[in-house]
Amino acid sequence: MSKVLTETFLTALVAGGLLAGVPLLLAALGESISERAGVLNIGLEGMMLLGGYVGFSGALYSGFTWVGFAAGIGAGMFVAVFMAVLCVRLGLDQIVVGIALTLAAEGLTSLLHGAILTERPRLGAVELVTIPGLSGIPVLGRSVFSQHLVVYLTLGLVIFTWWLFRSTNAGLNLRAAGDKPSALDAAGVSVVATRTWAVLATGALGGLGGAYLAIVGAGTFEPFMTNGAGFIAIVIAMLARARPFWVVVGALLIGMSLQLQTALQVASIDVPIDVVNMLPFLAVIVVLLLFGRRAYLPAALGLPYVRGSR
Amino acid sequence: MTESDGSTQPMTTTRAPTREAGDAAVLLLGITKAFPGVVANDDITLALLRGEVHCLLGENGAGKSTLMNVLSGMLRPDAGRIVVDGREVEIDSPRRALELGIGMVYQHSTLIPTLTVLENLMLGAGGGLRLDVRGARARLAELAGTLGVEIDPDAVTGTLALGQQQQVEIVKALWRGSSVLILDEPTSMLTPQGVAELAKVLGGLKQHGLAVAFITHKLHEAAEMGDRVSILKQGRLVGELGPDDLRGRSHEQLQAEIVRLMFGEEAKEVADVAELEERVEGHEPRRGRGEAPLLELIHVSAAGDRGQVGIHDISLSLLPGEIMGIAGVDGNGQRELAEAIGGQRPLTAGEVRFEGRTISTLGVSRRERLGLRYVTDDRLGEGTVGSMSVALNLVLKRIGEPPFWRRGVTQRRSIEATARELVERFDVRTPGVDARVATLSGGNIQKVMLARELAFEPRAVIYSKPTYGLDVRTIKAVRARIREQAEQGVSAIVISTDLEELVDLCDRIAVLSRGRLAGVVESGPGVAQRVGELMVGQAA
Repeated sequence: MSKVLTETFLTALVAGGLLAGVPLLLAALGESISERAGVLNIGLEGMMLLGGYVGFSGALYSGFTWVGFAAGIGAGMFVAVFMAVLCVRLGLDQIVVGIALTLAAEGLTSLLHGAILTERPRLGAVELVTIPGLSGIPVLGRSVFSQHLVVYLTLGLVIFTWWLFRSTNAGLNLRAAGDKPSALDAAGVSVVATRTWAVLATGALGGLGGAYLAIVGAGTFEPFMTNGAGFIAIVIAMLARARPFWVVVGALLIGMSLQLQTALQVASIDVPIDVVNMLPFLAVIVVLLLFGRRAYLPAALGLPYVRGSR
Repeated sequence: MTESDGSTQPMTTTRAPTREAGDAAVLLLGITKAFPGVVANDDITLALLRGEVHCLLGENGAGKSTLMNVLSGMLRPDAGRIVVDGREVEIDSPRRALELGIGMVYQHSTLIPTLTVLENLMLGAGGGLRLDVRGARARLAELAGTLGVEIDPDAVTGTLALGQQQQVEIVKALWRGSSVLILDEPTSMLTPQGVAELAKVLGGLKQHGLAVAFITHKLHEAAEMGDRVSILKQGRLVGELGPDDLRGRSHEQLQAEIVRLMFGEEAKEVADVAELEERVEGHEPRRGRGEAPLLELIHVSAAGDRGQVGIHDISLSLLPGEIMGIAGVDGNGQRELAEAIGGQRPLTAGEVRFEGRTISTLGVSRRERLGLRYVTDDRLGEGTVGSMSVALNLVLKRIGEPPFWRRGVTQRRSIEATARELVERFDVRTPGVDARVATLSGGNIQKVMLARELAFEPRAVIYSKPTYGLDVRTIKAVRARIREQAEQGVSAIVISTDLEELVDLCDRIAVLSRGRLAGVVESGPGVAQRVGELMVGQAA
């Protein structure tokens, strides 16, 4: 064991965990918002994927990473608009629409990728923000405190979302829309508007997560590159009962198990790659077995709201 | 995030006292509203006056709730005008109604059980992004004072007693300075003591100059609570009794008058209905059946669902042909008890015996074969399959059995013949046996369930709130059916929150409180009083 737990290994593990965990964190945070509002957003995977493709293209053609992130957010929201119109406004089945959106985004990005990006371009290394002083700490220093600005922004968003749920009107409206939309309607707040904003926020965060994955994580775009991250994020949001700080814990744990293989390679330990690739999914199944029964789901999750029907 | 309206109401004043009592706060002129196949409101004109409780009385489906939903913005009328404070207005959403000072307390709770009282009240309050917790506390204290009650702002709403939840609902309806309050069947979930408390609250609101609309289908309630009573029948306003009409007459005269307005001149029915509405004071228990008990519960315990009380250490025995009532405030273990006896809920301790043999481990269908039946109150949930025909619902518990199924093949003709016979015998009003159950009225769905449970040789039947939400005629039919079965030796357990119903029907009444047996009272003079005492005695 002593050979495994070297500083190099741990640094690689934590840094990799953050790298893989931040897209999950963004997406799961977004999912918590729409879940609180009663919309089960299965289209999250599609939002991430389109966000990744558009974000990468934006960064590539403009030459600015920030343009890429903004484009990713826009793309995620673009997918979310379909979700909002079809499921929230028209009351169609959220699961069917979500799956359709994910499949559509997978097809669309693969097509565009094959048609336009013929030569597999890569982005250069992104600029990291190193926090003076703190970055000198062993293991954590070079992993946690030397990251892209988006990572720090994400942590800020976690705190903001926690505050939003806890002590704002908007947060109360979100919870009401998920637990008992008829009560929110009776209180004179539009359920459709509340849920639409929630879904758009999810799209923005999912798109940003996808863009981070492509721009910072991989430096390129590949078809199907999200590889189920959107679905894992849904599981994280459910297990965390849509509480932002637990979302952080879940996303980082899963992120680390995703990166275990890289870290093992860095530490030159030979484990079959297929075994390591299974780890995140095994982790999800184990966690579901242990805590699944306690997963809190809002009473009206997945149900379209139609005024006058109960 | 969603709060776009900047015009927030001042949080401190109630608008009402600016006008004289007796002014019309709301005028409804010629309101008409049709749903597919039925005209729910047909040209109704009505005024709600300040400082007055205006009862809207009528059977289920008479259009009371529709009319008030039009006023509260949940429904839009097909025709007609609404005048509030002398100005003609369009009410296109509940929000608009609130802005106009019209608050509604719905029959079904609109509180969110997972939020605290304060959070529920702040919902939709507007006023910037941050929640104004301090302002809300002050407002709650003020309104609780108006109502004359005490409310804990930080209690999680789902843990409060129903009477308290209703007070929170009233506070919520008045939160933004409403001067008109609509109450939809507010007494349906309350204990007699809760009803008395509500009457006190209404008195306070009247003094503050509010106009209160009180929807009910109970005659005596309208006569006691109302300053003015409007009677609706099949979507039309058929009569109105003003304060002068109400004051000068005795209770009996009033009821006779209201019954005449409700049912026209059908003399016999009038007499029957009036009898039904009379205050019952208990009858001699029909004893002398010194046989062995048919059904026994011996120290029975069962766990409740999450957040619900279970049942603890309940021992009861039921003689053949006896009707046993289960009284108690809703949510004190009634459903758990019924399910434990019916076989839908596993026991954690104790034993259920049927004819002396234990049936604790038998499943639902085995108990059904023995003649043990459960008529649930969840009529469209576990009671029937709404999207299936009346005929199939009538044989729902006989699936796969001859003569309705042979070698796995449905015998349509046999099912329909049986269904037609049952529909006839139990007086189910349906277009045909192939009509979908969901299209029937609540009363007819109840009759379908009764037909199913009572058709194939029942021995003991558990009725859960058998008349809840039904109109007077159906109530009468259902109660007659329960009595008739008892005469034939079929035992009954009747679970009800309507104490008068239990007193009227039962030989003995057991009182449940927080999942425990608070006591058993024999029928006879003063039984309602004693049951009421047991209900509050331990119900905190």
